Amino acid sequence: MAQTKTGKSKQKKFSVRVDFTPMVDMNMLLITFFMLCTTLSKPQTMEISMPSNDDKITDEQKSKVKESLAVTLLLDGDNKLYFYEGIPNWEDPNALKETTYDANGLRAFLIQKNARVVNRVRELKVQKRNLQITPEQYDAQVKELKNGKNTPTVIIKATDEATYKNLIDVLDEMQICNIGKYVIVPIADTDKQLIQAATTGL
Amino acid sequence: MAKVKIKKQDTFIDMTAMSDVTVLLLTFFMLTSTFVKKEPVQVATPASVSEIKIPETNILSILVDKTGKVFMSFDKQNDQRAVLEAVGEEYGMTFTPSESKKFSIQSTFGVNIKQMKSFLALPEAKMDEILKTQGIPTDSVDNQFKVWVKKAREINPDLRIAIKADQATPYKVIKNVMNSLQDLKENRYNLITSLKAVSEEE
Repeated sequence: MAQTKTGKSKQKKFSVRVDFTPMVDMNMLLITFFMLCTTLSKPQTMEISMPSNDDKITDEQKSKVKESLAVTLLLDGDNKLYFYEGIPNWEDPNALKETTYDANGLRAFLIQKNARVVNRVRELKVQKRNLQITPEQYDAQVKELKNGKNTPTVIIKATDEATYKNLIDVLDEMQICNIGKYVIVPIADTDKQLIQAATTGL
Repeated sequence: MAKVKIKKQDTFIDMTAMSDVTVLLLTFFMLTSTFVKKEPVQVATPASVSEIKIPETNILSILVDKTGKVFMSFDKQNDQRAVLEAVGEEYGMTFTPSESKKFSIQSTFGVNIKQMKSFLALPEAKMDEILKTQGIPTDSVDNQFKVWVKKAREINPDLRIAIKADQATPYKVIKNVMNSLQDLKENRYNLITSLKAVSEEE
């Protein structure tokens, strides 16, 4: 009995162990391949609507902007950024103010200009965080606020020397400062002259 | 005797667990991966706070590099082939099935349509090399870019246009691309950006 038992167990012990090392090697190789070939994060995107180029649009169809609420940003080369409010005095070289792309420059100005909306959005954000309103309600209310009356309208004009990054930076600021109404338009000659005057006057 | 026993002791490590882990990782990477598209030019997208993800399907991406070369790509090979045929027709060219097949598997394209035939006749490796120096003509005399977009829209009305441009691209180039799109009444499109850490004002 004992002999047969030991014999059987010996047979069972006869290794059923498979060496997994090559398998692991291969898997590691494949993992490396997939890791290197993938983009895990999808790229971010910014949605943008441009005004129509249609010449047939009459003056009545164009939305008019209150002068006091209009801000015009001029993007120039060398990361220079100028702005003016309303309709400036074209002759006056000081009408144009220079600012920067960082938080203390354009952002500070726009937040101050759009203070009412920015504050309301902040309140709403707190409410959302405390689950007093649903994200849908939050979105709807923010949208309403952004497009409400008496919010500033930003007109973005870029010179040929400005870079794409400048444009994106400015569009970013629009989002940060909760500005709902902004438009990218071609630069006018008067604006160019204004920049010229400001740079030579400095 | 004792020495001999120690020597005999197995150094066999059980790799099963290791194999389990690697297979798990491999599965994860295989399922989440979307392959990086081969792009003829290196493009560093500007950062933005926008958190909207780009939709996965029906994308017409327009790649703009620093020097203003424009490339395009579709996410569906069938679309790419159909558009080539439509554009070819516009310029009085027909492509053989093998040519359009070769075109449809290109991840990104951007050569003058008049040179398309000779370009497609090149061997694969040579194509990549030449593609870098090409680009779709966008000047006002022969705006092939416009034709491409127009045909693409006709073939797939659900197409979304995404512009991916280098951050150092001069605004002049972007303006040209945007104007071409505006002329086609493509007023809504996406700008691809990479994510910037949100420096929330608070």
